[in-house]
Amino acid sequence: MMDVFKKPDPGPSREYHFPSFDEETLPGGTRLVVAAAPKLPIITILVVFDAGAAEDPAGKEGIARLTARALSEGTSKWDGAELAEKFEQMGTSLDTGADWDSAIARLTVLPGNLAAALTLLGEVLADPAFPERDVERLKNERIAELLQLETEPRGLADERFPAFLYRESSRYARSQGGSAESVRSLTRSEIDAFYRSRYTAGRTTVIVAGDVKKADVRTLVTPLATALPRGSVARLHAADIPAPASRAIHLITKDGAPQSEIRVGHAGLPRKHPDFFAVLVMNAILGGLFGSRINLNLREKHGYTYGASSSYDWRRGAGPFEISTAVQSDVTAAALREIFAEVERMRSEEVTPEELSLATSYLEGVFPIRFETTSAIASALANLIIYDLPRSYYDEYRKEISRVTAATVLKAARDHIHPEELQTVIVGDTGQIREGLTSVGAGNISVAPAK
Amino acid sequence: MRIPIETFHLDNGLLVTLSEDRTAPIVAVNLWYHVGSANERTGRTGFAHLFEHMLFQGSANVTANEHMELIQRAGGTMNGSTWLERTNYYETLPSNQLALALWLEADRMGRLLPAMTQEKLDTQRDVVKNERRWSVDNQPYGTMLEKLQELVFPADHPFQHSLIGSMEDLSAASLEDVAGFFATYYTPDNAVLSIAGDVDRAEARRLVEGYFGSIPRGKGKPPLAPMALPPVFGVRRRDIVEDEVSLPRIFLTFRSPVFGSDAYYAASVCSAILGMRRGSRLHRSLIREREVAADAAAFTFDLAKGTDLFVVDVTARPETCVARLEDEVEREIDELYRDGVSELEVKRALALIETDLVNAMQSAGERADRLSMFATFFREPELVNVQADHYRAVTSHRVNDFIAERLGEDNRATLLYVPRAGQGTEGVLAEAASEA
Repeated sequence: MMDVFKKPDPGPSREYHFPSFDEETLPGGTRLVVAAAPKLPIITILVVFDAGAAEDPAGKEGIARLTARALSEGTSKWDGAELAEKFEQMGTSLDTGADWDSAIARLTVLPGNLAAALTLLGEVLADPAFPERDVERLKNERIAELLQLETEPRGLADERFPAFLYRESSRYARSQGGSAESVRSLTRSEIDAFYRSRYTAGRTTVIVAGDVKKADVRTLVTPLATALPRGSVARLHAADIPAPASRAIHLITKDGAPQSEIRVGHAGLPRKHPDFFAVLVMNAILGGLFGSRINLNLREKHGYTYGASSSYDWRRGAGPFEISTAVQSDVTAAALREIFAEVERMRSEEVTPEELSLATSYLEGVFPIRFETTSAIASALANLIIYDLPRSYYDEYRKEISRVTAATVLKAARDHIHPEELQTVIVGDTGQIREGLTSVGAGNISVAPAK
Repeated sequence: MRIPIETFHLDNGLLVTLSEDRTAPIVAVNLWYHVGSANERTGRTGFAHLFEHMLFQGSANVTANEHMELIQRAGGTMNGSTWLERTNYYETLPSNQLALALWLEADRMGRLLPAMTQEKLDTQRDVVKNERRWSVDNQPYGTMLEKLQELVFPADHPFQHSLIGSMEDLSAASLEDVAGFFATYYTPDNAVLSIAGDVDRAEARRLVEGYFGSIPRGKGKPPLAPMALPPVFGVRRRDIVEDEVSLPRIFLTFRSPVFGSDAYYAASVCSAILGMRRGSRLHRSLIREREVAADAAAFTFDLAKGTDLFVVDVTARPETCVARLEDEVEREIDELYRDGVSELEVKRALALIETDLVNAMQSAGERADRLSMFATFFREPELVNVQADHYRAVTSHRVNDFIAERLGEDNRATLLYVPRAGQGTEGVLAEAASEA
């Protein structure tokens, strides 16, 4: 008879390995990565182009994203509606988009449709038409999106935050999708030129994960790789130069808001940083987990919020480190005080053994759960390519986590969190919250409208 | 594609389903309680959801928040959610930790009340009020669910009131309410437990019997007010909400056959034809061709009792005025009502749905959740495997029958969000134009 009042001990653990994968370079320079993961009859194809938003030329912010989105709007043979219909009749849809470091095209299919889907995908990627009318429509969709942000406090806080973290000339200071002004200025021929210089065979990786055989995939992908544009351009300027700044609060007014959307942070670290694992664990303890200091303090101790967290936005350059929460308006100053206190505490003393083991055992244990789907496996492989990580990265991941100690966590906090530079953005009811904020010590207060 | 399913009952009424998949050392544990906001009494809107929060505040042998800590320490993920007809709790974790998840779930099902205190209730009440502010009050279109429920259900219907609850009702919730709700609804005979992933079925059964077997059966729950409704509204319904939003948005809603019925599958395919992905009618026509909409979708709520809801959800482009938005959407539905759908459109929808069904089954948590859903609503977890067959049986003829019955003028309710006066779109447009 088991004791129902006593916490059970775990059984013997079973080993897990990240799916094995093969890598090769096809004629023309396109890389092919194939991971056989035959759990279910399904396959994800993820094509990664070195064509992210960090590459946007000044004044043309938004071009990387618009180019990626416009890819599926037609070829010389089919218009956008016909393409959508063709993919969807195969039970899949082609998603294209760009983030800071890459552009992607992704689709998930059942095995019977793999060959036809890859053929059509090849046509789309090698022969995009960028029809004028569809380009204009996509530009207008971005403008509608910006308009929506004016009344969406979470999105507005996220959108405005980076401008206070980076120098104005740095790409990271500006919104990834571009402003109304920069997007409006984009032309069809600029988009076509961006495509021709960056969606080249040598800057492209095709990743296939799921119920496939490598030999079959190679045959199917080779025509696509051969058809891509040739040539190369150098990667652009640094996008991540921090703004020289001391603590400051930037209020964005939303009259009558029942909550304050708060962002606190500064420029963080590039993805390929030697302290990556120490910082990952440090952040988990500070605000990355439900049981983190910031969440337990603001939510479970004070009931100020539905949730509070901290995160590093890992990019090739130093993306933002940020603490994010939304609190009821009347406790805005009190909540901000707690956030600053938690940041200080992180730097002033070692975390307890219980805190450290919670973070490391979570990150180690949850590892297999992150790769349950073909799409997740493909994304993980894409990260190896985008961030130039070693082939053995996923085999070594849990070992690296287990090596992190309380001392390295403290060192990571002291080296990489800079309380004197913290920028605070609050979207909220300025009239109600401003007065209280003056005594928090979070810096000078400035006020801007929501639009 | 079929997943293996084994089902058994404990003597106390707990229905248990197992689905073995040894691909990776991962297991999902998922509990559905057959209680949701529909079961709340007058003056206690939001209570089922507040109660869900209390289930993470400890039980006889678990301290406050220890549940989450133990699961995360074990390398697992967890959460819970509340809906109109059900509340679920779930964990995905390394398979050698299965006993931990079962023990935690059993301790709170069997022995919750010793851990409940006024202080915990007060804190979670504050957390939930902030959840309301965050997701409803301070979010554009955030009141959509509440407003829609009010618009489409009669006053005394169990689905008519707010799920997140009013601030006033949340304030009124007491520890006595917690005790009463627990005794009535959180009983093994009102729950389904599903386990999917890397399990030895005999061992799983032994653990389930050991941890849950001694929890006593409940005394039954009070019946809900009658839920059945006529198939159509009969009259045009309409609600206009002036709100802090930038763009007008319409939710055109129809009564629709309940989830799981044969006619439901035709409705579901129809919603995919209208609003699933970029090849759908609404996307092609309103976004691509006529350029009047910024977003367009159609979906069913998947309610298993009373009536389901079929919703067409379209957001205007900045230049599109409210009247135009409404006209364009109505025109699309009128056309559909007049001409019906083609076999080719049905084929597209079915192909997408089939891929989605396989895709979802990759995740142990999703598998377990769907097993629980079918077991809770129909006592038949095997429906997970039959669902694809039900979809494949849908023809254009059956979709057109659904359209003829349900998409006419006698079955339309319009919920329309419009920007508050002074919330004009001129600012951004002017900026964009001047820079062109």
